[in-house]
Amino acid sequence: MIAGLWKWIDTRMPTLGSEWRKHAAEYYAPKNFNFWYFFGSLALLVLVVQIVSGIFLTMNYKPDASLAFGSVEYIMRDVPGGWIIRYIHSTGASAFFIVVYLHMFRALLYGSHKEPRELVWIFGMLIYLTLMGEAFFGYLLPWGQMSYWGAQVIVNLFGAVPFIGPDLALWIRGDYVISDATLNRFFAMHVIALPLVLLGLVVAHLLALHDVGSNNPDGVDIKKVKGPDGHPLDGIPFHPYYTVKDLAGAVVFLAIFCFVLFFTPEMGGYFLESNNFIPADPLKTPPHIAPVWYFTPYYSILRAVPPLFHSQFPGVVAMGVAVVIFFLLPWLDRSPVKSIRYRGSYFKTALALFVVVFVVLGYLGTEPTTVWGQFGFDAFFLDTRDVATWVARLCTVVYFLFFFLMPWYTARDKVKPVPERVSYHA
Amino acid sequence: MNEHDKSDRKPNKTRRNLVVATSVVGGAATVGAAVPFVASLWPSERARAAGAPVEIDISKLVPGELGIFEWRGKPVWVLKRTPEMLQGVKADDPVVSDPKSEVPQQPAYAKNEYRSIKPEVLVLIGVCTHLGCSPKEKPAADKAEMGADWHGGFYCPCHGSKFDLAGRVIKGSPAPINLEVPPYTYLSDTTLLIGEDEKTKGA
Repeated sequence: MIAGLWKWIDTRMPTLGSEWRKHAAEYYAPKNFNFWYFFGSLALLVLVVQIVSGIFLTMNYKPDASLAFGSVEYIMRDVPGGWIIRYIHSTGASAFFIVVYLHMFRALLYGSHKEPRELVWIFGMLIYLTLMGEAFFGYLLPWGQMSYWGAQVIVNLFGAVPFIGPDLALWIRGDYVISDATLNRFFAMHVIALPLVLLGLVVAHLLALHDVGSNNPDGVDIKKVKGPDGHPLDGIPFHPYYTVKDLAGAVVFLAIFCFVLFFTPEMGGYFLESNNFIPADPLKTPPHIAPVWYFTPYYSILRAVPPLFHSQFPGVVAMGVAVVIFFLLPWLDRSPVKSIRYRGSYFKTALALFVVVFVVLGYLGTEPTTVWGQFGFDAFFLDTRDVATWVARLCTVVYFLFFFLMPWYTARDKVKPVPERVSYHA
Repeated sequence: MNEHDKSDRKPNKTRRNLVVATSVVGGAATVGAAVPFVASLWPSERARAAGAPVEIDISKLVPGELGIFEWRGKPVWVLKRTPEMLQGVKADDPVVSDPKSEVPQQPAYAKNEYRSIKPEVLVLIGVCTHLGCSPKEKPAADKAEMGADWHGGFYCPCHGSKFDLAGRVIKGSPAPINLEVPPYTYLSDTTLLIGEDEKTKGA
């Protein structure tokens, strides 16, 4: 019966079967995928979670400055199951960034950004940027104090652009201040425009990946050694082998996700800031403003750069470059090998330092600049005595050196010979 | 020879030019079609109307008191400065980065020592010039927190910018320039009109 039905469909729409074979049943992925390879499929899972929970939130949310805050509280208190849907969406946002950051780190570890996967990397970066936009637009919607003042700060970043800045900020807000007009358009961006872009980019990311084939922890090209059937000897069909593996990963991920969801959905103020449970007040800035954790490394860089020529634009540029420079990674990395397993000490040290400064910048961005106190002495070059600001400046320099010196240290690194076939050592 | 045989045919110039011309016209039309969408993002007529000047009554402010009013959705501060506060402003000249208000953050009539029409009445937009948060007033008594040479002023909780009691930015703050003085005028001794002055009235 089922076979007959399938034959009926297949003769009318053979694309269905051929695409399934191309992208799953006969997509040969390297057999040595490890832990780090869970995060791609997990990102897809979180995307689905966000879309589904988001659709249900829009059924009760009101994108109106006078009603928005109340409608979120209504969802939390009165809508049956509303609180869990809302927490799924807010926890999902942070989970998305955790998964994506680990997914990107995997690429750095195993050289997945390198030739011939530059386009895969670029589409991935575009997904990351779109995700940042989604998170930013979405954060305004509950219309709490942090929503309001966070949006105020970010929109004013555009106001720092020379000459056109003030008009640009006015155009983005649609008003002289963050207001109902801003909320309404951010809602449109969050629920329609960017999700469409995101889905398109995800498709492009996967198509580009499946055209060149997946990288692996050894960074060897499995297509070089093929069996008599024409399939790579070190490859296994994605379905059922990796669908099953990824399902196991999804179960573990969902267990952790549910733990956060049920026991600490606000994650001590990191996932949902406590100030955001106070309605937006344009005349009163909360005593401490910090973005949500996934933006804080860049926010730290913004704060670390001192104003030049009576303009905060240099800090804004530094922050922008800190994000955009990831796009150049495939060309900055001159190493003849892909995987960290065969790279030398230069790259390993650089990557370790980068991870440390990224985490330190991220932490400092969640705290006021006074968090580590002040230097006890004064000197002519000390424009501020806040210790944390100087640490952030040092980390910012290391952050950029990781990229700017990359062509130099990756080319001179002592690499080990890469084997012909994949291996299984950890 | 078959008309569709492309082997040794030169491109037809007329057809090629028509393709180019059609593409250019089509591209221009697409750009034109984007205009109303881009324009729709500017503030609406209603939002513009809400940006009209506001009248405020300062008769109830006692010396040393800060009043917070609203104009264009932004906080407008009116501070009745005492003689001690004005002395503090004078004493801050060496520690502020733009003591003479060279950066045009005020109408010409407020480009003076105290950045105001009448020295004792300070009018400022209470929005930090760094990234738009609203600073808090910190009186001169807060020396423990703000440092021994603090003569009173404003402190931005977002990124730690400091301003003196004339809204001038203290050196070393993330904020690059002084707080903005809005256009304003005295309708009477106790009534201010924020958002309009002799110069902007005609406009």
